Amino acid sequence: MKSTDRREFLGLAGKWTLGALAVPTLSAFLSGCETMGEVAALGSNIATSQGWMTEQQGQSLTRSAQAVGKTFQDITPEQEYYIGRTVGAVILQKYRPYTEPAAARYVNLLGQTAARASARPETFGGYHFLILDSDEINAFAAPGGLIFTTRGLLRCCRSEDAAAAVLAHEVAHVQLQHGLRAIRASRITSALTILGAESAKTFGGQDLADLTSVFENSVSDIIETLVNSGYSKSQEYASDAAAVGTLRNVGYNPNGLTDMLAIMRRRLKPGGLDFAKTHPSPENRIERIQPMVSGFGPVDAPSARQARFRAAMRNV
Amino acid sequence: MKHPILFACMAWLMVMGSAAVYGETLSVQVKSGEVRSTPSFLGKILGRLPYGTQVAATGERGDWLGVSGAGVRGWMHRSALTDKKIVFKAGAANVNQYATSDELSLAGKGFSEEVEDAYKARNPKADFTWIDRMEAVTVSQAEMLRFLREGAVRP
Repeated sequence: MKSTDRREFLGLAGKWTLGALAVPTLSAFLSGCETMGEVAALGSNIATSQGWMTEQQGQSLTRSAQAVGKTFQDITPEQEYYIGRTVGAVILQKYRPYTEPAAARYVNLLGQTAARASARPETFGGYHFLILDSDEINAFAAPGGLIFTTRGLLRCCRSEDAAAAVLAHEVAHVQLQHGLRAIRASRITSALTILGAESAKTFGGQDLADLTSVFENSVSDIIETLVNSGYSKSQEYASDAAAVGTLRNVGYNPNGLTDMLAIMRRRLKPGGLDFAKTHPSPENRIERIQPMVSGFGPVDAPSARQARFRAAMRNV
Repeated sequence: MKHPILFACMAWLMVMGSAAVYGETLSVQVKSGEVRSTPSFLGKILGRLPYGTQVAATGERGDWLGVSGAGVRGWMHRSALTDKKIVFKAGAANVNQYATSDELSLAGKGFSEEVEDAYKARNPKADFTWIDRMEAVTVSQAEMLRFLREGAVRP
């Protein structure tokens, strides 16, 4: 195609049509490249020199492609905190808090103990724990450290060591950033593009609205995973393994986790909308944990520990 | 997966990046970072450094880093620190540079309080009352030590 013919073609088809085709195609190609930023710069230079797009559009593409290289790891702890707050608020639209003071205090003390012994004891806003007034066997870990567990799940615990295991498993989801991984990569690209592109010069109004939409969608991705689809089995097994490590670090018997799972196994109802739906079966989890806890005997908590556990859980 | 704990540790290291080196400048990446007298959560709290405070790494012991800065010298847990510089007031023209940089991190940009407020305006049914109440619950070091002691919880 001669250049004059090409210009006529562009005039007929419209520059934006070609741009709309070229940008995603180029971006898709770029997403597989390690030196993405450089290749994108080269690509957009070619495109602008050939008149396919304006200089401004070319710069925009370069910046977008730089953002393509970003993943959930580029969400700062501060942003993770704000995502987690809203995920928590959405969970609390569905569940009521259980506010009995002794139980609430106990779960925070125990949860903080587990969090401190984990591989990620510090998050932007810290770890905080809330019991949900529900008979479901369920728990949710919002990014950043807001952790929710139902009365139904706590009732599967016969010892403080078992309750610590429940909380340590949820802390592990925060530690391993499983919630953030549930956010589609395209959302992070969009957020960084909105933030980083030329529109940032006039950040506000439409940009804030766009960023808020990306935020809403990111929260929806996480909620969908927490409530409906569940994390992957390998993520659940990794959280069990991390929980065993945490329990050992702090001085609880990691067989608290197997004890709790054995009770959960008897209580989960097939077709239930709780852990029955979102987690690997307790049998499979126990099987994976066994080699890690083989050196530990049955849970035999000191009497003072067992007494305070019973007192705190009396009404749960 | 033969060694799940090892695997979990490796995954964690991949998430958090590499270790700090002596003399490296680090930034506090949590709202309030506690500096302790010993590399342990049982260590006395010598001071609290706000988000973005820069410190120099002076040592390393396991997951704890010796730090010095803002008039305090002690130990902080690795998870409270980042090797990125945290920028608070980026000029509009520099936002792109910061947003795509591996060395810099923008405070208050991206998913922020401003975005949470916009979300609340769009979703009036979303209630953050209990989220704020959850965050207000704190456990002091003395309470935690007593909890461990009374329950005979020992590593």
